[in-house]
Amino acid sequence: MIKLTIGEKVWQAAVYTILILLSLLCLLPFLYVVAVSVTPESEVLRRGIVILPESFTFAAYKEVFISHGIGQAYKITLFRTIVGTALNVLFTVLAAYPLSKKYLPGRSPFLIFIVFTMMFSGGLIPTYLLVRSMGLLNSPWVLIIPHLISAFNLVIIKGFFEQLPAEIEESSRVDGASELQSLWRIILPLSLPVLATISLFYAVGHWNSYFDAIVYLNDSSLMPLQVVLRNILLNVATQSADSMANSGAVSQFAVQMAAVVMTTVPILIVYPFMQKHFTKGVLLGSIKG
Amino acid sequence: MQAKLAADAIPRSQKRNSWIRTIQKYKVMYILLFPALVYFAVFKYIPMAGIIIAFKNYNLALGLWDSPWVGFKNFTDFINGVYFWDIMRNTIIISLYKLLFGFSAPIVLALLLNEVYTQWFKKIVQTITYLPHFLSWVIVYGLMVALLAPGDGLINMILKENGVQPISFLTEPAWGRLLVISSEIWKDIGWGAILYLAALAGIDPSLYEAARMDGASKWRQLWHVTLPGIRGVIILMLILKLSHILDAGFDQIFMFANSFNQEKIDIIDTWVYREGLERLKIGLATAVGLFKAVIGFILVLAANKIAKKFDGQIW
Repeated sequence: MIKLTIGEKVWQAAVYTILILLSLLCLLPFLYVVAVSVTPESEVLRRGIVILPESFTFAAYKEVFISHGIGQAYKITLFRTIVGTALNVLFTVLAAYPLSKKYLPGRSPFLIFIVFTMMFSGGLIPTYLLVRSMGLLNSPWVLIIPHLISAFNLVIIKGFFEQLPAEIEESSRVDGASELQSLWRIILPLSLPVLATISLFYAVGHWNSYFDAIVYLNDSSLMPLQVVLRNILLNVATQSADSMANSGAVSQFAVQMAAVVMTTVPILIVYPFMQKHFTKGVLLGSIKG
Repeated sequence: MQAKLAADAIPRSQKRNSWIRTIQKYKVMYILLFPALVYFAVFKYIPMAGIIIAFKNYNLALGLWDSPWVGFKNFTDFINGVYFWDIMRNTIIISLYKLLFGFSAPIVLALLLNEVYTQWFKKIVQTITYLPHFLSWVIVYGLMVALLAPGDGLINMILKENGVQPISFLTEPAWGRLLVISSEIWKDIGWGAILYLAALAGIDPSLYEAARMDGASKWRQLWHVTLPGIRGVIILMLILKLSHILDAGFDQIFMFANSFNQEKIDIIDTWVYREGLERLKIGLATAVGLFKAVIGFILVLAANKIAKKFDGQIW
């Protein structure tokens, strides 16, 4: 290793300091949210700003569970994320496979047909009127069906299939495998990294989206987690009168923070597993897209 | 079958036959493709046809066909409306600020990370800075409430302890744009850096050695080795972002906007939602959506064209 000059050492110190500060800036809001959500109100009144609470209470969490129906919201969000992602990946792969075959007659008009939708869309209102006329309003499927395939993800998977060596598939075909068999036994196992990445993109999209639920649903028992959190944050009166009964025990602020924690924790749990894949995913996406 | 396809002069009936044969030959492939084609036709192309609403005085009771035609009235109403300049200005200003700062921040982060030789430290910083990208805008707003709420928010608590009047960051129009742009940077700085880090990893280390031999300072190395090394990626990303200049970020603004700060951060998309679905001015809102979609389409095509010129140099 080459010896560093004093100037370079100062530079290194500055770089490390900036990066540490930036990391703290990303982490501290979470720590504060967690601290507020578990600190009893009496301690807040006594001590002022609480970063490290002396005593704990889960009253705020209880309040979120009981009065804001967050259990039901979890169910809807889990349904949306699991079923939605599975269907997304299934239909995207089914379409990407034929489109990856350069010999398929009609391939390029089909591709143009699909890619064009990435550049031009009818927009919010015509889409809303379509969904309404299909009778999908107030059905949980409205969170899944209108986003069945992302053209962008389709193009990424197609690109990945294309660069797999054709000989592997050909040899399986010579052995008598059908198209579906070679897709299932040869292509998919070779494509696990890209499938993981795309599943991740779809799943995060489902977990995080809230706008379609606001537009297409009005039954509060169908509202996903993000919408419930939004209502709590914006102080929109929710569900039952229970919240009135409990409101003396915990501060509104603690309830809001508990709701933030409950919505964030599932992401924090899966994050270490996702992290392996996504760097590759971003690069793939940016190169192919 | 091969022989038939190869034949030069095929009678018409036989030609149609070969067409059917082609479909039969690739039957499985077309069946696999079919659901996707139906999906795009229904959920993407029918709404595209639905933009004729933009040329009608749409009435929910009358429906698409019976609502009266009004020509370009919705468009002229929009352009002459009192809100036109406000939402256009907000959309473009917020987009430009996001472009300026949201675009350069990840580059700076990548350059800083590139200076770090301690692998575990680099990994930890990356892990932490990627994380916010995966949070929804609702959660990010929740974190903003934690920090900025007028009563219990951390920053206002600190202000109060120091005898300063609390500031309603979340509702004060003056803070609106700053909030939108800084939260965007906070959310996506780490994610945006990934691409540049990959490009930086591709720079030949011997170039740095040579620069050091020649006595180049850190700044000179940055200027003459690093930046030229990632210039292609920077230009490409810039062009792609420019094509989205009318997308100021619906999910975010819809969460951050309230009746107080709306004047400063209301954008085309949030306006379309309110006028179209809340106030039921469906024809007008569709016209505005179409206006945006057409400009967006032109920008994307232009961007792609320019980006192609850089292609060979980038990948």
